[in-house]
Amino acid sequence: MAKKSVYMDYNATTPLHPEVKQEMIEAFDLFGNPSSMHEPGRRARNRVERVRQLTASFLGAAPDEVVFTGGGSESNNTVIKMYTCSGCHAHCVKNERNEIITSAIEHPSVLEATQYLESNGKLVHFLPVDAAGKISIDAFREKISAKTGLVTLMLANNEIGTIQDIKTMTQIAHEYGALVHTDAVQAIGRIPVHVDDLGVDYLSFSGHKFYGPKGIGVLYSRRAKPFCRFIHGGHQEAGRRAGTTNALGIIGMGKALEMVEKEMDETIVRVKAMRDRLESGLKDRIPDILVNGHPADRLCNTLNVSFQGAEGEAILLYLDLEGIAVSTGSACSTGTLEPSHVLLATGVGPELAHGSIRFSLGRETSDEEVDYVLEAVPPIISRVRNMSTVYEGGCR
Amino acid sequence: MSSLDWVYTETVKEHFTNPKNILENEEAFHPDGRGMVGNIKCGDQMLMAIKVSDNKITDCKWKTYGCASAIASTSVLSEMVKGMTLSDAYKLRPEDVVKELGALPEHKIHCSVLGDRALRAAIDDYYTKTNQKDKIVHEEAKIICQCMNVTDKDILEAFKAGAHDYEELQFRTKIGTVCGQCKNKTLELLHEYEHLYG
Repeated sequence: MAKKSVYMDYNATTPLHPEVKQEMIEAFDLFGNPSSMHEPGRRARNRVERVRQLTASFLGAAPDEVVFTGGGSESNNTVIKMYTCSGCHAHCVKNERNEIITSAIEHPSVLEATQYLESNGKLVHFLPVDAAGKISIDAFREKISAKTGLVTLMLANNEIGTIQDIKTMTQIAHEYGALVHTDAVQAIGRIPVHVDDLGVDYLSFSGHKFYGPKGIGVLYSRRAKPFCRFIHGGHQEAGRRAGTTNALGIIGMGKALEMVEKEMDETIVRVKAMRDRLESGLKDRIPDILVNGHPADRLCNTLNVSFQGAEGEAILLYLDLEGIAVSTGSACSTGTLEPSHVLLATGVGPELAHGSIRFSLGRETSDEEVDYVLEAVPPIISRVRNMSTVYEGGCR
Repeated sequence: MSSLDWVYTETVKEHFTNPKNILENEEAFHPDGRGMVGNIKCGDQMLMAIKVSDNKITDCKWKTYGCASAIASTSVLSEMVKGMTLSDAYKLRPEDVVKELGALPEHKIHCSVLGDRALRAAIDDYYTKTNQKDKIVHEEAKIICQCMNVTDKDILEAFKAGAHDYEELQFRTKIGTVCGQCKNKTLELLHEYEHLYG
């Protein structure tokens, strides 16, 4: 088996779409500051505003509801940290409600930002999830009340791909007058995302997860809903986000969204077929494995597997030596003692969390690559299990 | 070494890709002593098995559940100890293993280099089985907190009694309540005990 280079870590980041790359190369000389009144500035502004319109129509929103940010983490932080504000200007969130609802499986940029609110005196409810990574509507109903200021829940999970019923929870939250934010970073290009269908007030996403450039993201903020600035110091983004507009990033992300519109339906079908073949192939070839995440409500490209008795970092590095790039929920990859908080929240236990590998596929994944991975993984797992203190074979 | 080459040194890579002396069949190997340390909860566990003749380790095999540096450090240790006297092997410490490997990232050392402890446990097992319990060395306590005169043994005792975080440990032992300089060292020990006994 000749060594190949196989990238299966699309949930971490994606390569630029060739058309995005081309669009950005052509825009490299567009140096003008979009805030300037002169012609170079206007030229850049023109392009930025075109992307704003395109982004709005992609989300089913209005252009003035689209705020460009430095990425998903900034968008998430902006929404959550509004709840430290009490009267910055007329549209301030005013912070009169003291409770926040989120979940145990959020991205660190949501978890740590909500923990920061906790240290500021907020009561934060971290909703548990079931074995498939789903938040139960009943558990949500238990915590929501007239004291809830913000509900922030991810649309699709980065590690296991589980998709939440944001629409239903948003409807319930609105009955109590709470605002709803969803982190849709992993969802764009993988499931349809429409703000009126979801009903949310705020939504975050990031360019580099759908073949756009890094360092550029979006925060959708519904009209007439409160908004407090996170970055002060300029009038950009209608006063909602200071900092010189990242025109090149925005142009690249705009092209990426355009390509998602064009290719998404076809890509979803193709990627899902390969993901399913990888999943059944691994199950057929390797005993004692567990597929993490929801069997049906899962991103089409994500396969998270726990291999009993085998440690994830070792598996990842043996795969890397075969040219295969994946990620793991093992503690060793993070430099902490704790393995993936997402897997622990689903209740798989530390051993299976340490032994988890995430394969995330994308538009450039091919059938040959799936074959190559199916051939490479089984001997590596046998090898790691052969030297393991905890694997004796058979179902235990 | 550039980070593009690999995440660890070439020696680590060599022992990771070609681990030496894996214990494939414990019954057939029939060890004279065996020792296991570590905690699956934290992601690392090691088993060392030794054959002894004339107070020398004649053969050493191992198993490990752990990351690349855990595999490599156990593998290199199993090579180092062959032919060593029991008393010399007893003195091996993580830094000896790390030296043999070239280097390891700091945060990996106290997580993944547990082989020397497993080895001492195997030697103790051998001493126990051969009626030489008097040779088992009980490590001397080291003072960690000079101000309050708290030793590593005190910390371990408190850990085993349920003090799993720094605040709880302070409550029980008064460690670091004066100048506070020992905090990092104490946190490292807590981390290590979580691995070994958590």
